[in-house]
Amino acid sequence: MKISARHLDKMTIFDVSGDVDLATSPELRKALLSELREARMPRVILNLKAVRYVDSSGVASLVEGLKVSRDLGARLILYGLSTSVREVLQLSRLLKIFEIYESEEQAVSP
Amino acid sequence: MNRSCPLLKLELFSDAEMLSVVRHAVGQLAEIEGFSSAKCRAVVLAVDEALTNIIRHAYSGEEGRPIQVSFRRIEVPQDGRQRRALEIMLEDRGKKVDQATLCGRCLEEVRPGGLGLHFIKECMDTVEFRRKAGKNQLRLVKLLDVAKLGKGA
Repeated sequence: MKISARHLDKMTIFDVSGDVDLATSPELRKALLSELREARMPRVILNLKAVRYVDSSGVASLVEGLKVSRDLGARLILYGLSTSVREVLQLSRLLKIFEIYESEEQAVSP
Repeated sequence: MNRSCPLLKLELFSDAEMLSVVRHAVGQLAEIEGFSSAKCRAVVLAVDEALTNIIRHAYSGEEGRPIQVSFRRIEVPQDGRQRRALEIMLEDRGKKVDQATLCGRCLEEVRPGGLGLHFIKECMDTVEFRRKAGKNQLRLVKLLDVAKLGKGA
């Protein structure tokens, strides 16, 4: 998994690629929580277009990020979900609790 | 079940970095066996989650402990006929699995963790745990769609 950050006006976009699993999800969790708790970014966006696979530990990192964002009054947004990622969120019955968009244009719009 | 054919046996050590290697092999095997793309993804997810559980819970994150994963083509009786299926057996020498923890968690509760077993049960047609000779054994079976029979059917 690779993760890089882009900083826009009052928002951070993480471009994530590869597989998010037991080995790599701690890095995603750390990046998410740091941006929410320490940088106090009001909107954190995950670009998942290049994520091929996510497992339960990856989903757990997303859920933790979502809970922290809610606690802090921030927004965690996902976009560009592949079939594989969408299926896993559907299996976990969490698809509806996340703010999900198809494109970056939609994700960054007010 | 009256016929079985061993397909692949993997011996690995408990190391999260190896999960992607196993996923690739399992995806290829499922495809060769004739599973649809969606079922290939389901089989891969189930095996990955099972290995994750072994590493995290049976071995408490300790690296270098042995795990064996074997794959067989089997036939199972269903509705008066034999259906082809993929049987996957995972074995580890870790802590005894607590049966009480195998029920999975309530999905209505939005919190991190506890999803692995739920994924396994959703993805596979049969999920059986047992403890034998100091080993945890997890048997998973995925039925092959009749219309998707591949080579060697």
